Amino acid sequence: MSLVITDLCVDHGAIRAINGVSFSVSTGQLAAVVGSNGAGKTTLLRTLSGLNKATAGNAHWKSTNLLQAKPEKLVRKGLSHVSEGKSVIPELSVAENLDLGALWRRNKKESAQSKEAILSNFPRLGERLGQRADTLSGGERQMLAIGRSLMSKPELLLLDEPSLGLAPLVIEQIFQSIRDLTTSMGLTVLLVEQNAIGALKIADIGIVLNLGKVAIAGPAQTLIADPAVRAAYLGY
Amino acid sequence: MMKLFNTILIGITSGSIYSLMAIAIVLVWRSTRVINFAQAGLALASSFVGFEVLTRTGSFWIALPVALLAGAGMSAFIEYFFLRPLLKRSGDESQEIFLPIIATLGLLGVIKAILSFIYGDQNGTISPPVSDKDFIVGANSISMSPMRVLILIVVIVLVSSITWLFQKTSIGLALRASSYSPEISRLAGVRVDLIRTCGWAISGAAGSAAGMLQTANGSGSLSPDSLEFSLLLVFGFVAAVIGGLESLLGAVLGGITLGIFISFVLMYVSGSLVFISAFLILLLVLYVRPQGIIGKKVGRRA
Ligand SMILES: Nc1ncnc2c1ncn2[C@@H]1O[C@H](COP(=O)(O)OP(=O)(O)OP(=O)(O)O)[C@@H](O)[C@H]1O
Ligand SMILES: [Mg+2]
Repeated sequence: MSLVITDLCVDHGAIRAINGVSFSVSTGQLAAVVGSNGAGKTTLLRTLSGLNKATAGNAHWKSTNLLQAKPEKLVRKGLSHVSEGKSVIPELSVAENLDLGALWRRNKKESAQSKEAILSNFPRLGERLGQRADTLSGGERQMLAIGRSLMSKPELLLLDEPSLGLAPLVIEQIFQSIRDLTTSMGLTVLLVEQNAIGALKIADIGIVLNLGKVAIAGPAQTLIADPAVRAAYLGY
Repeated sequence: MMKLFNTILIGITSGSIYSLMAIAIVLVWRSTRVINFAQAGLALASSFVGFEVLTRTGSFWIALPVALLAGAGMSAFIEYFFLRPLLKRSGDESQEIFLPIIATLGLLGVIKAILSFIYGDQNGTISPPVSDKDFIVGANSISMSPMRVLILIVVIVLVSSITWLFQKTSIGLALRASSYSPEISRLAGVRVDLIRTCGWAISGAAGSAAGMLQTANGSGSLSPDSLEFSLLLVFGFVAAVIGGLESLLGAVLGGITLGIFISFVLMYVSGSLVFISAFLILLLVLYVRPQGIIGKKVGRRA
């Protein structure tokens, strides 16, 4: 197990958004964290990337304690977080958004290679390098956000609702890209989604969050196939 | 016709100095969303450093870069040890807006008091390094002297260097990204706190250049109560706001516009209306285009 979370609690003032969450993900796995509005998915990711402070519990990525470090430190340890909403800077160009993710990297040759690899994965970004990010379509912006996070050469990728506000066909493309990248780059991915079925279909394991607690967790295929889980948590 | 021409020339020269000051204010605003009222105090203090170097070495060309470095250092120091802890401790959003205003106003007073304590009634002098006698063409005297040419060159060099830094370098990208979206920048690995200190340092350097040039261009005399620095504070601020507070180009246009406008008031109306007219043009611009000449409406995002 490389991502290990135990008894994690996170408060927003008086509200306990994450209430004793424990689960782990092995290296190279794609884990889908699903659950309805307010389940605590975003809070979970923001805590793991250092944006929010935990109240109690532990979270480790390999030997790195995720609860003690600032986001800019964790990026250097191989963690990359694509935050909720299209996580790009609209005033910057597509190229600048990508470069931003690799500013901290010393080896510029390697950064250039990362960029090449990302552009061959998302050729549409390559055609729009000089454009401002706010001229992109929703799907392209999501690609850019993921591309930017890959520029940091991550091992652990945290994705917060990449399907938000996208058309069904585009969602399918994005999900397929995420699956392909996980496998080809050997990433470990925590994919947070309200689109539970879509996410579980491409995931190795699934974690259903409900009111800040893990309601049920297991192999993604098992969760999808279980009629009780579908009725109670997946909404169909 | 000659008078009109000269009025514009004077306006451009003094306006270019206001542009530098406006750039200083814009840089601080963009990196931390603080209007730094102590900016003129920093410019004053670093000009005194420049004056000290000038008396010892006799060279304006050593004094100017040293003053720039001193301005950068003091500005970074203030951000790191004074403003950052203050902002970290401020509770709600209204505090976040008012605390820095009061703090930087207070700081302006402190800097002036320290300088008064050190220098007493004794004034510093920064005399022009080159002649400030107007050129004569035929029978006409043109309001452009070697000193004014020098000012324009220094301003152009500084503004282009800052623009280059912002547009073409890694640190520039980090500076812009951090000002647009600190959170996404941090997630991308940018050390936003460090970058903010850098923003203040560059601002301090721009402000001290404005201070040195303003003194050399004006009476040459440097005192904690000198008119030059009251002018610099007010005009720099007005120019920054006219320019929309967000962009370097806006700051430059704001400075030049203000300089020319003031010059017209001086030459055609009355010298005693200079301050009033600066505020008048500020109100006018804010009324017609609240976002400034080239500003766009942008709020701060997370
Ligand atoms: N900054 C905040 N201040 C106060 N409460 C918050 C804050 N952020 C989240 N919460 C609360 O914490 C709980 C979990 O919110 P969170 O955003 O993590 O849910 P989510 O699962 O991401 O929901 P969604 O699917 O709508 O994005 C909610 O009850 C929410 O109201
Ligand atoms: Mg969410």
